[in-house]
Amino acid sequence: MEFFFEVLIGGLLAGVMYSLVAIGFVLIYKASGVFNFAQGAMVLFAALTFVSLLERGLPFWGAFLVTLTSMVVLALLIERAVLRPLVNRPPIILFMATLGLSYMIEGLAQALWGAQVHGLELGIPDEPLEIHGMLISQFDLFAAGTAALLVIVLSFLFNRTRIGLSLRAVADDPLASLAVGIRLPRIWAVVWAAAGFVGLVAGLLWGARLGVQFSLSLVVLKALPVLIIGGFSSIGGAIVGGLIIGAAEKIAEIYLGPIIGSGIENWVPYVLALVFLLVRPAGLFGERAIERV
Amino acid sequence: MLYQEAGQLARRYAAERRIFRLRQDRIGLLLLLVFAFVGVPWLGNDYWFSAILIPFMVLSLAGLGLNLLTGFAGQLSLGSAAFMAVGAFAAYNLQLRVAGMPLLLSFALGGVIAGLVALVFGLPSLRIKGFYLLVSTLAAQFVVEWVLTRFSWFTNDNASGVITSPPLIIAGVDFSSPQGRYLLTLGLLVLLFWLGKNLVRSELGRNWMAVRDMDTAAAVIGIRLLKAKLLAFAISGFYLGIAGSLWAFAYLGTVEPHGFDLSRSFQVLFIIIIGGLGSVLGNFLGAAFIVLFPILLGNLSALLPVGVIDSGQLENLQKVLFGALIIVFLIKEPEGLARLWQRFRLRLRVWPLRY
Repeated sequence: MEFFFEVLIGGLLAGVMYSLVAIGFVLIYKASGVFNFAQGAMVLFAALTFVSLLERGLPFWGAFLVTLTSMVVLALLIERAVLRPLVNRPPIILFMATLGLSYMIEGLAQALWGAQVHGLELGIPDEPLEIHGMLISQFDLFAAGTAALLVIVLSFLFNRTRIGLSLRAVADDPLASLAVGIRLPRIWAVVWAAAGFVGLVAGLLWGARLGVQFSLSLVVLKALPVLIIGGFSSIGGAIVGGLIIGAAEKIAEIYLGPIIGSGIENWVPYVLALVFLLVRPAGLFGERAIERV
Repeated sequence: MLYQEAGQLARRYAAERRIFRLRQDRIGLLLLLVFAFVGVPWLGNDYWFSAILIPFMVLSLAGLGLNLLTGFAGQLSLGSAAFMAVGAFAAYNLQLRVAGMPLLLSFALGGVIAGLVALVFGLPSLRIKGFYLLVSTLAAQFVVEWVLTRFSWFTNDNASGVITSPPLIIAGVDFSSPQGRYLLTLGLLVLLFWLGKNLVRSELGRNWMAVRDMDTAAAVIGIRLLKAKLLAFAISGFYLGIAGSLWAFAYLGTVEPHGFDLSRSFQVLFIIIIGGLGSVLGNFLGAAFIVLFPILLGNLSALLPVGVIDSGQLENLQKVLFGALIIVFLIKEPEGLARLWQRFRLRLRVWPLRY
């Protein structure tokens, strides 16, 4: 039983790491209705830039600030060059544009900083803690704490600030918010910059876990089922979805793996998400679309 | 001047309904087919057959398969490569395990099996819409790849998980030379495109387009969503399955399950974005672009002095350019290269006197 809880908690904490990536998606989807496939590429770009600056001798916070600035610049560029010309196009076109964007950002990141694997040391001890006989990774706890902090900051931003008010207005009804004088392009730039910030945090944690390399951009594939279960438009949903996926993946790996073979963690989240969707077609917390003919 | 319909009146309904109503188009197509079947095998060399023409044709076919599903029926899919893999591995196993199985029949049955698999993964489309549907096709992508690597039965217990092409012999004629493989692919391509073009003009094709534009509205006017969506998945799977067999046996010769990974699915998706969603001709244009672009870029960089661009950077540059091109296409010409061709034709019809 203790072993089961150890697996479960390990899985839940690993799931928080997925949520970190998923939150970036949710921010953008909420404010602009764009399903941003390039989030993984942004994670890669942020982590690679940060690590390369660190290796060139910048202090931690200096590198952090420079990377953050570059993410903001990237967001402004994306808003100007991609989103603005594609206003009022069907969502599927915007999705495909972000596919192109993810190729561009991946290529750019690797052209700038090279394709070799970089180690990233955040100074967090990685020895497991022993609590009630269960071994729990300190790093995972730290990641979970960061995620919690991020959610608190984001919900503060959304609920307590003026810009958050306009963000919520845009998410609710873009046309009406235009009518009351909210500048849509500025809102898009803000959410993409915020998603870039979330991508940077996710990139640092994932980079410290896996090493900063190309495969970081593939975490997008891990975040997708999380997003689906949680619903595209709910930050809380992204957290809950991450917990469910993380736990299910670990449990399946430990208990189902020996029966049907290893390597199942690639598709278990997807099948699970599919089952969830069959019951709730818009995810757990997603808004149900009302269609009028 | 030469390209006008003046005087070509349809006197029978059959003449009204034909695909190419312009005599010039029909003559042009005939000349093109004669050139492709007779001229090219005579002129081309092995490099052209193996490295350019065969992948171009197979990718066009795969593009048509995905276009039926995404461009015509409006169901976004990221699992194309999985259905290609199912087709290839099914055809391989049919050849291996059923004695005396004709090659073309095994390709067709491989396509049918791929269609059935696609049908299963298409079932959720009845309840899930839009981006949520991505999860179903991505599940197909990962499950199929896992099953094919996990169970060595599918690869006939090959130690490295690789399948090798069966002898390409049809009715006693050996098609395994580059020319033969080219002709085999071309024959299947022409047949399947003729079928596909007629399919999208049929009632089913019109139903698909209605579902694509708004499925609730389509249901209201009496189109059965169940039938339309599931047939789209099954037929798309059939086309992709045959494309997979050709990719494995006519192009590569040997292939492993990872040859059909997610990046292959993206490649097929890019073909239909660049070529044109909801266009049959666009698949050729998109596939030609995808095949020729890296070769062109490689040749261009070879012109530069040595050391300016190394091969790693070239790959990154290719990625950046590719992504940029996709975005430019979506902004400037969302209907793809096919639309450019259409506009060119309209210009040609009034040339040299513009209205």
